[in-house]
Amino acid sequence: MAPLRFLKRDVKSKRTLERVVHGTFLIMGLITVGCVLLITIYLIVAGLPAIREIGLIDFLFGKEWASTEAEPKFGILPFILTSVYGTAGAIVLGVPVGFFTAVFLSKLAGKRVRAVVDTAVNLLAGIPSVVYGLVGMLVLVPAVRELFGLPDGASLFSAIIVLAIMILPSIIKVSLTALDAVPKDYEDASLALGATPVETYFKVSVPAAKSGIAAAVVLGVGRAIGEAMAVMMVSGNVANMPSLFESVRFLTTAVASEMAYASEGSLQRNALFSIALVLFLFIMLINATLNFFLKRKGERE
Amino acid sequence: MIQGKNKGRRKAYDTLMRSAMLFSTVLTVAIVVFMIGYVLIKGIPNVSWTLLTTERSYLKDTIGILPDILNTVYIVVATLLLVLPLGVGAAVYLTEYAGKSRLVALIEYAAETLSGIPSIIYGLVGMLLFSNTFGTSLLAGALTLVMMNLPTVMRTVQESLKTVPQSYREGAFGLGAGKWRVIRTVVLPGCIDGVVTGCILSVGRILGESAALLFTAGFAHALNGVLTGLFSPGATLTVALYVYAKEEGEFGVAFAIAAILMGLTLLINLSATLAGKYFEKRRRI
Repeated sequence: MAPLRFLKRDVKSKRTLERVVHGTFLIMGLITVGCVLLITIYLIVAGLPAIREIGLIDFLFGKEWASTEAEPKFGILPFILTSVYGTAGAIVLGVPVGFFTAVFLSKLAGKRVRAVVDTAVNLLAGIPSVVYGLVGMLVLVPAVRELFGLPDGASLFSAIIVLAIMILPSIIKVSLTALDAVPKDYEDASLALGATPVETYFKVSVPAAKSGIAAAVVLGVGRAIGEAMAVMMVSGNVANMPSLFESVRFLTTAVASEMAYASEGSLQRNALFSIALVLFLFIMLINATLNFFLKRKGERE
Repeated sequence: MIQGKNKGRRKAYDTLMRSAMLFSTVLTVAIVVFMIGYVLIKGIPNVSWTLLTTERSYLKDTIGILPDILNTVYIVVATLLLVLPLGVGAAVYLTEYAGKSRLVALIEYAAETLSGIPSIIYGLVGMLLFSNTFGTSLLAGALTLVMMNLPTVMRTVQESLKTVPQSYREGAFGLGAGKWRVIRTVVLPGCIDGVVTGCILSVGRILGESAALLFTAGFAHALNGVLTGLFSPGATLTVALYVYAKEEGEFGVAFAIAAILMGLTLLINLSATLAGKYFEKRRRI
């Protein structure tokens, strides 16, 4: 009897151990969910008071931001529009270049060429954003000033160029995956019907990969709207209504530039959190769109 | 060989598209070559022994980035120590315990959401969450970076766990092993490539991060040991680059740091490629 009882106890303690282990892994699995909840709750709690004090309409559609004046004004329309225009500009410049590069790499390039360009694209993705900012500050900004005869080259235009370069890797990589996944049969059928290779790529392969390419564009939008440091270094950082060759401030840079000196508990600091909340809502909208395209791609496959 | 009545137009389309593709690819590569070349050429002459091995001295009027290098090392190590176990745990839960429940979808959705959030928002939330508790410090910065890098590590480990053959698990279960024992002896050894890849990717992201660290880890240049370092504010290399370039106009130092960062980026990309190749080869055997 004695050994059997020992065995029973062993089984029991083993079961407890299994339960503890299961519980521990469950908690670790739930940490990501916890992070998302924490971020959302903290942003809402920190962001709402200023909006309530300023008034939602005045905050979102006010054209003037003067947070340190005696009679402060907290309108963030300039930041919203700058972020929207800047992102749109980056997409207009960056997407075609990224798209054509991806088609070339997926369909035309030989193995060696593809390996080399792949490495180059990975490097581009790995360069820290402050390095983009630094090179932008010292090469791009003076070049823009000279080229367009401006008093200062730090402008929306410079920021758009930097952003366009920074979103290139995401666009190329995601489109490339989508284009690589197009079944060879589609292309063979098109070629057999007498279409040239180039016609096949653009009229058969690209439409077949369009959900993936759309996802790439949306990902690019997310990257561009969220970038702070590089943009801060080349956009001049004055709270103007956006205009291509003037100094502007983005949603991200508005937060970054004043947070360091806004005093705790002040309306200025709370308003910065409200800007972050607006940015966060933009990002959530973009994420939802991205998921929509990725899901559609998944269903079709 | 284009035939038929639209011959001219089709030929033109062909040439146009071909040149667009070629132009775009050449432009992309040219941008990369220019960025790397420009930064290295402008930066390397400014990298000196004094710069690398001293701290800033206002008496001698020299700038040294040793504190920033050390801060970077501390923050990388602290972040990895925290994020690796968490990422592995989350991945093990997803592949070994959760099955195909709704919870899995929720966790994966959360991970996707986390990877889409811009670093400036992490910076703000990190400031509210961690800097209020630990003060503006490297530790607060590291905790913020843990949140940022968790999805990456989780995903790479998950991928590697998927390659552990189901039959190994079944064999171990058949021999009477409990779930924990199976995980410990069969599953976890299989996640080593995921851990290594996740490590490399995270280090790359931490080195490049600035917006999330400005308000959590601060921008002090004090020379500290590990323990004091973790609990006091400090700038990493990227943050130091930003401060020297934007606030102080010390472009020589900024370019020297940029060149160092560029070198590290090259190194990280190389190790990621090599690791990928090595693991693929091993898996095939």
